[in-house]
Amino acid sequence: MRRLLLSLLGLMLAAAVPVRAQDRLNVVASFSILADFVRNVGGDRVDVTTLVGPDGDVHVYTPAPADASKVAAAKLLVINGLGLEGWLPRLAQSAGGQATIVTATRGVTPIIIGSAPDPHAWQSVLNAKIYVANIRDALVKADPAAAAAFAARANAYLARLAGLDLEVRAAVAQIAPSRRQVISTHNAFGYFAKAYGIDFIAPSGVSTESEASARDIAAIISQIRRLRIPAVFLENISDPRLIERIAAETGVKVGGTLYSDSLTGENGDSPTYIDMVRHNIRTLTSALAE
Amino acid sequence: MFREVLIAPFSEFEFMRRALAAVIALALAGAPIGVFLMLRRMSLVGDAMAHAILPGAAIGFLLCGLNLFAMTAGGLIAGFTVAILAGVVARSTEMKEDASLATFYLVSLAVGVSIVSVKGTNIDLLHVLFGNILAMDDATLLVIAANATITLIVLALIFRPLVIESVDPLFLRTVSRAGAPAHLAFLALVVINLVNGFQALGTLLAVGLMILPAGIARFWSRDITGMIGIAVASALLSGYAGLVLSFQTRVPTGPAIILVAAGLYVGSVLFGRVGGLVRQLFPGRHLEA
Repeated sequence: MRRLLLSLLGLMLAAAVPVRAQDRLNVVASFSILADFVRNVGGDRVDVTTLVGPDGDVHVYTPAPADASKVAAAKLLVINGLGLEGWLPRLAQSAGGQATIVTATRGVTPIIIGSAPDPHAWQSVLNAKIYVANIRDALVKADPAAAAAFAARANAYLARLAGLDLEVRAAVAQIAPSRRQVISTHNAFGYFAKAYGIDFIAPSGVSTESEASARDIAAIISQIRRLRIPAVFLENISDPRLIERIAAETGVKVGGTLYSDSLTGENGDSPTYIDMVRHNIRTLTSALAE
Repeated sequence: MFREVLIAPFSEFEFMRRALAAVIALALAGAPIGVFLMLRRMSLVGDAMAHAILPGAAIGFLLCGLNLFAMTAGGLIAGFTVAILAGVVARSTEMKEDASLATFYLVSLAVGVSIVSVKGTNIDLLHVLFGNILAMDDATLLVIAANATITLIVLALIFRPLVIESVDPLFLRTVSRAGAPAHLAFLALVVINLVNGFQALGTLLAVGLMILPAGIARFWSRDITGMIGIAVASALLSGYAGLVLSFQTRVPTGPAIILVAAGLYVGSVLFGRVGGLVRQLFPGRHLEA
């Protein structure tokens, strides 16, 4: 009798949950921006979990056991590559599981700084399109039955990104060429700078972990004075004090906060990649306009 | 040429002047504390404290978000708790002070990591909390200066009992009851100096400018007053020379200051008047003449 009741209950539960849920693809993304891409391509056919969530710093992250279990349960593990997630290969290995690792930057032409590539490739919308194409291919491979749906969603999203790219170019075109120079806390905008022609200068290096010397700061201050650089910017994941000091010393205004390596939470002003790029370009143009 | 290298960085850039002021305040307050820490065999307390403040910083973060003031206040409370508990246990049981401190700081660190993980934040809180000497704003400078002033006044008040307590606690216990208050006041000073140092300058500088000068002073003087004088002087020298070094080369400022102090330390180990290696190798020369 009891067994009958239990199996009845099980039947009811099974009927209540949509059939799709059990064959959703389980995807883990290393940080929030990649998760946003996967969500846009995969739609309701994927379950996306993020290791380094909104406003987190992917450079210095320490994984927790919960992360290992997420990785172990995943079918796909989407990473940026180019040395961004130094902690991830070891995590993937120790977590076990059968996750296929998808490097989203495959095919991106890296900017080399010193001897290592700059990992912040997503700051150029053109590169973001490469990310999306890589993610689409990986999703199709993992779940061929849904190939058509993935391709359709990816095409729609790629079209939105193409529009976004034009938007950024139009916005930059409005800034006088002599004013296309800014200071930001860590060197995260190399690809943006190269793609759209705004010079970024940062007191600390590519990673948030390196430390500035007095000489670096002095060089930046002299540079601001010499070139009359109009604005300095903060980022959502870095210590703001150094930039604020530079601003105080040169009389340059703090133009606002740029989002570099992380989206904000649902209620922030950049919950998605497209919002982030729009926020950054709005912040830049309003500070650099005369 | 001399002017260009040694003075121009400070006359030209305000951030260098502010960094120099911070280093001077830190040297005046931190170096004497370092001497007492060394005499009490607690030279490693600074690093322990850097971890012990995590639960306080985490609770500050939970209540107020990324607010430096809240995180620092929380860190101070956590630091006090650990230091005072460790001090009380060391005074009232057989446990030695360093072992007792090690226990409490590990517990504190474990609590801190748990709080951070349960809340599920990915920001490295201590990374945000630990400051940089090149980024001194008015508030931070004032805090460091006030801190140095308070430290020097309190040290002057508890100087005699603290000295006796550090070298011969049993004797002090037989002649006076000032031992316990002096000891606990000293621990409080250690915590205030370290936490403010972390917040303003980062761990390396806060601990380094406290401990290395004390080590240097040990090789040049036998009495505490002399040691404190030499420790303060070498802290000031390392701070200034380190800033200049960081300005002229590309070495980050914190490491540059500590490396200069390390250079002085090596020189002292070799040529120090009190127990330096060269003196030990040629001891006979004193007795001639």
